[in-house]
Amino acid sequence: MAFTNEQLERYSRNIILKEVSSKGQKKLNDAKVLIIGAGGLGAPAAMYLAAAGVGTIGLCDADAVDLSNLQRQIIHTTEDVGKPKVQSALETIKALNPDVEVETLQGLVVADNILSLVEQYDFIIDGTDNFPAKFLINDGCVIAKKPFSHAGIIRFQGQLTTYLPDQGPCYRCIFVQPPPPDAVPTCRQAGVIGSLQAMEAIKFIVGIGTLLNGSLLTYDALKMDFRKIKVHRRPDCAVCGPNPSITAPVDYQTASCDLKT
Amino acid sequence: MELFIAGEKKSFEDGLSVSKLLEVEKVENPLYVTVSVNEQFVDQQQMPGRILKDGDQIEFLYFMGGGR
Ligand SMILES: [Zn+2]
Repeated sequence: MAFTNEQLERYSRNIILKEVSSKGQKKLNDAKVLIIGAGGLGAPAAMYLAAAGVGTIGLCDADAVDLSNLQRQIIHTTEDVGKPKVQSALETIKALNPDVEVETLQGLVVADNILSLVEQYDFIIDGTDNFPAKFLINDGCVIAKKPFSHAGIIRFQGQLTTYLPDQGPCYRCIFVQPPPPDAVPTCRQAGVIGSLQAMEAIKFIVGIGTLLNGSLLTYDALKMDFRKIKVHRRPDCAVCGPNPSITAPVDYQTASCDLKT
Repeated sequence: MELFIAGEKKSFEDGLSVSKLLEVEKVENPLYVTVSVNEQFVDQQQMPGRILKDGDQIEFLYFMGGGR
C-alpha cells in the first residue's frame, strides 16, 4: 500500500534518512510492538514509537494514573488522573498519530498470558518496575523466540539491553534469578531510558545499526556517563541455555516497589 | 596490582578475591550483584575463591527495577 500525501509529509523526516527511506518507513507502519508497563519507561517509548509511525502498539498495564506519576510519565496528563493508564496512553497516542492501531490490556502479565501476548508482536519493550515481571517477560520472549528490550532504572541510574532470539544473552544470563522481595531497592525515575528502548525497537524493525544484544548499556544521569558492558551467554542459563530447566513461563511472588529513602 | 573497575584503573593488594573486592569497594547488596571479570560472569559460589590478577577488568552489574 502506498503512502498517502499526509503520511508522506508526516514521516518525511524519517524517509529523508537514507538508512530508513520509504522502505524502512513501510516496515515501521507494518510493525507491531508490545509495551509492557505504561509508566516511566513505557510512556516515552510508546510516544516515540507512535510518533515514528509504528503501525500497531500493544499496551499492557494494570494501574490507574496517579498524580505522583505525572512528574515523569509524560504520556498521561493532569485530567487523566484516576483513568486506567492503558486508556490514558491510548488517547495520547491517538492524538499524536491517528494512524497507529492501539491494543490495550488492562491487567498484569502472568505466566498464563505472557506467551499468547508476546506471540502477537514483532518486538517487546519491558517497561515494568519489578523483577518477577522482568524475569517473566524474559522467559516468555526466550521461549516464544521474540526480541525484546530490557530496561531498569534506579534513582539517577539506568540500564538497557536487547535480547535477540537464538543469539542472546538473555536477562537471565546476566542476573540468573529474581532477588528476594525487598532485597534490592527499587524506585522510580526515567525518561532517557524509555526513549532509548524506542530507538532499539525502531532499529530492529528497520533493520539498521547495531543493537544492544551482547551489551548492557549503563547510564548515570548525574555524571551523564554511558557505558557499554559486554555480556555473554551463560552456557548453563536456565532458559536460553542448551539444557533449559525453564521451558514454560513461571510466576514469582511480586516484590513491592516502595521507594526507600 | 591494578584492576579496572567499571573501566577505571585502581590499585589493590595482591591476592584479592572477588568477595573481598565487593567488600573493599563497598558494593551495596553484594549477594545480588552480578560480577564479570574479563567479560566472564563469576558465579556467587565462586566469588570467595576467585583471586584477581593484575590488569583484570571488573564490572559490577546491579539489579535495576524501577520504571513505574
Ligand atoms: Zn540466558
